[in-house]
Amino acid sequence: MVTLTINGREFSGASGQTLLNIAQKAGIDIPTLCHSHAVSDYGACRVCLVEVEKRNRKRLVTACLYPIEEGLKVATDSERVIKVRKTIIELLLARAPDSNDIKELATKYGIEASRFRDVTETSNDNCILCGLCNRVCAEVVGVDAISLVNRGTRREVALPFYDETNDCIACGACSYICPTKAIQMKDTKEIRTMIWPNSKADFKMQQCESCGVHYAPVKQLEYIALKSGLSVSEFNNCPDCRH
Amino acid sequence: MVNIEMETCRLTDYADLESYRANLQAKKTENKVITICCGTGCLAYGASKIGQSFKDEIKNQGLEGTVSVKFTGCQGFCERGPLVVIRPENILYQRVKPEDVSRIVTETIRNDLILDDLLYTIPSTNEKVRCEEDVPFYKKQLRLVFGTNGYIDPTSLDDYIQAGGYQALNKVLSSMSPDEVVDEIKISGLRGRGGGGFATGAKWEITREAPGELKYVICNCDEGDPGAFMDRSLMEGNPHSIIEGMVIAAYAVGARQGYIYIRNEYPVALKNSEIAIKKAEEKGLLGKNILGTGFDFSIKISRGGGAFVCGESTALMASIEGRTGEPRANYIHTSEKGLWERPTLLNNVETLANIPLIINKGAEWFYGIGTGNSKGTKIFSLVGKVHNTGLIEVPMGITLREIIYEIGGGIPGGKKFKAVQTGGPSGGCLPEEKLDLSVDFDELSRAGSMMGSGAMIVMDEDNCMVDIARYFLSFLEEESCGKCVPCREGLKRMRQILDRIIEGKGQDEDIELLIDLSESLTMGALCGLGGSAGNPVLSTIRHFKDEYVAHIQEKRCPAGVCKPLIRYYIVEANCNGCSLCIKECPADAISFQGKKQPVKLDQDKCTKCGACYDICRLNAVEVK
Repeated sequence: MVTLTINGREFSGASGQTLLNIAQKAGIDIPTLCHSHAVSDYGACRVCLVEVEKRNRKRLVTACLYPIEEGLKVATDSERVIKVRKTIIELLLARAPDSNDIKELATKYGIEASRFRDVTETSNDNCILCGLCNRVCAEVVGVDAISLVNRGTRREVALPFYDETNDCIACGACSYICPTKAIQMKDTKEIRTMIWPNSKADFKMQQCESCGVHYAPVKQLEYIALKSGLSVSEFNNCPDCRH
Repeated sequence: MVNIEMETCRLTDYADLESYRANLQAKKTENKVITICCGTGCLAYGASKIGQSFKDEIKNQGLEGTVSVKFTGCQGFCERGPLVVIRPENILYQRVKPEDVSRIVTETIRNDLILDDLLYTIPSTNEKVRCEEDVPFYKKQLRLVFGTNGYIDPTSLDDYIQAGGYQALNKVLSSMSPDEVVDEIKISGLRGRGGGGFATGAKWEITREAPGELKYVICNCDEGDPGAFMDRSLMEGNPHSIIEGMVIAAYAVGARQGYIYIRNEYPVALKNSEIAIKKAEEKGLLGKNILGTGFDFSIKISRGGGAFVCGESTALMASIEGRTGEPRANYIHTSEKGLWERPTLLNNVETLANIPLIINKGAEWFYGIGTGNSKGTKIFSLVGKVHNTGLIEVPMGITLREIIYEIGGGIPGGKKFKAVQTGGPSGGCLPEEKLDLSVDFDELSRAGSMMGSGAMIVMDEDNCMVDIARYFLSFLEEESCGKCVPCREGLKRMRQILDRIIEGKGQDEDIELLIDLSESLTMGALCGLGGSAGNPVLSTIRHFKDEYVAHIQEKRCPAGVCKPLIRYYIVEANCNGCSLCIKECPADAISFQGKKQPVKLDQDKCTKCGACYDICRLNAVEVK
């Protein structure tokens, strides 16, 4: 067991846990955007920054990645933490001004408007490049259909070669996990449309042979069949009619 | 040049290497060596053609066997290239042209006559300097790591061995335990030359003590700073010294596999290191069973794809692993969990090149050079507004003034010094008041700059510091990997603010906003690139705030650089209508008004390129 203090209170946890694990269990509020228990941590959004003190040296680290250490002193809301966190939220607000989650976060930290007046270079797609979508696609779904491409300010979430991909199974995991709703999923009867910040693709839905409802993308069912070893015909009926 | 190695057999033990060396030294027959600098700079000036002419001339004059021609690595004085040095007298001929070759051989080689016109002239005294070591550029230097660069052919292992190469490896393998090697490096006080300045010995110790059978040694030759080329020159000019350093490091930490991560934009360094690895393997100095001791260590070359961020340790390792060159949080050190999650020792080229010196001459000797916490020498690429640009190696603790005025020869064109930028794009700009600062890791950090990898860019009164800050910032914006918010979004916003200031649209609160963003970047970014990216802005605001204020409040660029804020004028009293500017103007903005009449400049047509200002000899063009 490792013992450490957070905001003056003592906590202990198993070695290998992160500061965020401990804080969340203890009900200490640390905001996160690019963290999800479903996928590996990435440390990109930086809003979970906390201040750690070790050998009289203080520095800011991301709580989602920092492994707990014996005797570590952690402050989750020190002056420095709040100052830097606010600037980061302000930067995110300038990037994704229409995102409700970001707006809420900004309000919580008392930010009324971003100081960055020039919004001409802002892409209004609300994507904050947190990388949750590509991580869930790779690590949970296991298809790697989307990824982060390009460098620096040209970085974006994209399908391979910006083209409709054969890999995407239209499962919608990327859309579910997206914290700013930058990836949309729209279902009409026969078609599911996946809309990413710079591209979109249509997918055919499977119709239930019994009740006629369009219940899941064909490609997703084919993928499940492949992974589970079941025959594709098993999915001719929707789950309700199967029982 | 193809080198015929004397013997191609493997060296199987310590004594074997020493007798091989003795043999090489005894067989040396030439009494004169013409060395031609083949660093990238001199090659660009046509050094290889000059080298070939020398070879032909030696042959024509029947001097083969008594005079040899050698293509060496960078000799440092890039400004005066192509450089030719005749040894052992060390007569330095500079800016040599192919047509000079025949008379050099006839006069200097045959008759010992000096060709005055090819010698270096000290601009202030007009004095001609004969020997390399008396040229002011070299005089104040302490060339240890660069010591043999001008003497050996980097493609010849024999040259390196003859000059004492692999002696340190021999010593380590024959008489030192790995712990003793680590201790020796710790005692020497050597700190990483790649930028961080972390204690090398401590790094070796952590890697040595890290649990795990499989460990790696990586040499970081991904030098991407604008204006920096010391690692390139070392790798081009003396690759064996780096390989020797790597083998010693591997022995000390217990690694069997090494990587040299080298930029693909460095073709000569790439070629020479490949040759060096191959030759060292053939001789049994690298690979399996090194010098018959049973110690195995091999080196692979991994080529970088041109991303600046790949010089950052974790991004570099991601790149070697075949992933996108993107940094990760290094809360667990590379020394414990690095390449493929194995303990990894990552050292910079120059750090590794120091290792054989320390082993050969002893840690105390090394510790004796330099200042308090910065030991040994540091190589800088001295560029920008100085007379003598090039690569310099100086003891730690030398002052900026000595570097710029004595080694660099001062500022050309009678201009006034304004700032020196040290530490690459994320370093800082230091003003005149800091010229007497002693150059070492701690002093530079205290002054708001950093040692970095060793780029040193000198600026004069014609440089606008806001423009300079914007230049470095846009470089970093371009090179940011884009993973974390403070770096990706913060740099973009900072560049936009600077753009605004340069366009005359700056507002009073912009300075505060820039400081705020820089500090958030320093504290909140994921890696070293972002963490230091605020430096160019912070240091220019700290030392040159008046220039920012002039741009924002007075809408004026004091250095006359920022185009939206300047205008060119004809000073009618000085202009005699010579029309030089009219011929030079690409926009046809200047018109002739008659003989002896001042010309007329049409502001609407003027693109503010400054061509008229540069060409006018009568000070009749003014920029305001």
